[in-house]
Amino acid sequence: MPKYLIFLVQQHFSFRRPELESLCDLFNIKISNLDDIDKNLENPFFIVNDIPNDTVARKLLSRSILCKGIYELYECAEDGSYDTLHKQLSNNKTLHLQIQNNNENKDNSSVNTDFKFDFEFFGGNRKYSAKQKIEIINTFQHLDIKTNINLKTPGTTYTLIEHYLPLTGQTSSPTPHKVYFTRLVSLSRRTGQNVLDKYDLAKRPFRGTTSFEAELSLVTCNIAQINHGKLLYDPFVGTGSFLCAAAEFGALCFGSDIDGRMIRGHTHRTPSNAKPNSSERSLNGKTKKSNDTSKYQTNGIKTNFLYYGYPDQLLDVVTMDFTHNSLRNSLKLDTIICDPPYGIREGIKVLGAKDPAKHERIQTVLRNGQPAYLHRDYIPTKKPYSLDLLLQDILEFASQRLDLGGRLCFWMPVANSNDIETVVPLHSNLELKYSCVQEFNKWSRRLLCYVNRGESYNGPTNDISDGSARNEFRKDYFNGFN
Amino acid sequence: MKFLTTNFLKCSVKSCDISNDSFPLKYNGETCKIEQTPLDTVTTTNPADGSDIDEEYINYEFLLGIIDRLDWNAVLEVAQDLGNTSLPASKPSLTMDGDFNETSADHNTMINNNKALLRDLQILLMQTNIVEGDMKCKNCGHVYYIKNGIPNLLLPPHLA
Repeated sequence: MPKYLIFLVQQHFSFRRPELESLCDLFNIKISNLDDIDKNLENPFFIVNDIPNDTVARKLLSRSILCKGIYELYECAEDGSYDTLHKQLSNNKTLHLQIQNNNENKDNSSVNTDFKFDFEFFGGNRKYSAKQKIEIINTFQHLDIKTNINLKTPGTTYTLIEHYLPLTGQTSSPTPHKVYFTRLVSLSRRTGQNVLDKYDLAKRPFRGTTSFEAELSLVTCNIAQINHGKLLYDPFVGTGSFLCAAAEFGALCFGSDIDGRMIRGHTHRTPSNAKPNSSERSLNGKTKKSNDTSKYQTNGIKTNFLYYGYPDQLLDVVTMDFTHNSLRNSLKLDTIICDPPYGIREGIKVLGAKDPAKHERIQTVLRNGQPAYLHRDYIPTKKPYSLDLLLQDILEFASQRLDLGGRLCFWMPVANSNDIETVVPLHSNLELKYSCVQEFNKWSRRLLCYVNRGESYNGPTNDISDGSARNEFRKDYFNGFN
Repeated sequence: MKFLTTNFLKCSVKSCDISNDSFPLKYNGETCKIEQTPLDTVTTTNPADGSDIDEEYINYEFLLGIIDRLDWNAVLEVAQDLGNTSLPASKPSLTMDGDFNETSADHNTMINNNKALLRDLQILLMQTNIVEGDMKCKNCGHVYYIKNGIPNLLLPPHLA
């Protein structure tokens, strides 16, 4: 079997293996040494021996956000010298066979045998001038490639990857630590299709303070194993960031939120579609401010789905309190992804009255001869809720509604403090698959991924709803984590 | 709110959970304003002569994913609430060989065998929207409203 080299992104370290592993599992691809990714975080090159062919390699990378590309690896000069590389290459039968094959097919119009050479660097700031590049490329004449050079649409791209090691924080060694001779098989979803740019929040027509960044929302969807035709539910949908990311991978998206304003999109926060009305221009050429909100109105989440070009993948978004859920019990979901409110940007609120006595009157107040609470425009009271209880509710809901093997992914905020142990909520039916950390300065957030294993799983539990291990994130946050 | 969503939503009141009457909700045929969005068309090239053909766009993959999850009795009930009594009494089944696989030839055969049915389902489930109206729980009688196509399932404090 050919050897493949996967070039990983050098960030979000704790997400890299979970992402690849989840995609392998989704596509039924077996890679035995995934643990190598975590062994040396400084090394972005992950070498795989058990991907059978290019088709499988392409499939895997077609989804990956935290990989840059996959290459067939012919030889690696462990001492970083090109002389060694040349020596090794002259004995590489696989490469010679492939080149010979291409040479023979040179005049066969159905096969693209054109080639080019390319360079990739990691570490250091090595740059070669065009002349230096050609000099290096010319040293590979002994490979006896007889097909045509084509820089725009080559069938084969031989890529020389130079890996430099850092000497100090700022500088790196002048000579490469290792040199790989490879053939580009496929760029990833990230580099090949530029999805991070596509989902860049700044370009999104509808967004809000709670919108989730492009990169990690896509990674979350990969770890949640979103795929074509699967049904996703986001119970805290906000501006629909996860729905958009999941729709990119083909999911059917359903969302709910207790706050209908985001869903409707009547918001002043996103005037990106706003064009000054001709009637609003005053004579001195300045645009008059007006209270007309229509120019700020968008169709909410639907606007984004139209913008990205898959409007029919949005089933619906409804106004509903997650803890008073209206999804019928028998509806099976494939995936649940959410970023629950932490109490920082959005308050943790559920239906109900903080002081029930005060609101007892609600049942008797009449408006236009009808109880006020039955009125079309009635806005119910809400009461605060705790993050612990909410997370526990999410786990319970997931254990009941997810298909067996279905995944629950959500983000949980944690204060970075040495003396408090992070308590990750557990449920006896759910296997905690991954806990990936994104560090901020004084706090971090974790992506928790669970798999529903059903009643027979009998996993460990830690009911934290009794307040024994409270996640006091909100209090800590506003106290500056002291 | 798409017709499909009526197949998901039950009453939010917790004590209604044990009742079979909390799903589906009873849609008020008199107040519910229905809109049908026409099927989109996509232009493809005729392989025979290179001319453009306009084809109706039907998201087959989507429909195949959702059909298993439908509660057909609820589909019938809600359709009747809204004035459509012409649906078949039992869930139409797809003629299917092999497992659902996005790339396999079976998958394409399955789509080709069921094109008319899938088109009807697309129009019923996805192109039919309730834009305004109200719906009621048959158990507790609480009324929920649909405004601008968005159903509101929140509850007053004494029901929460």
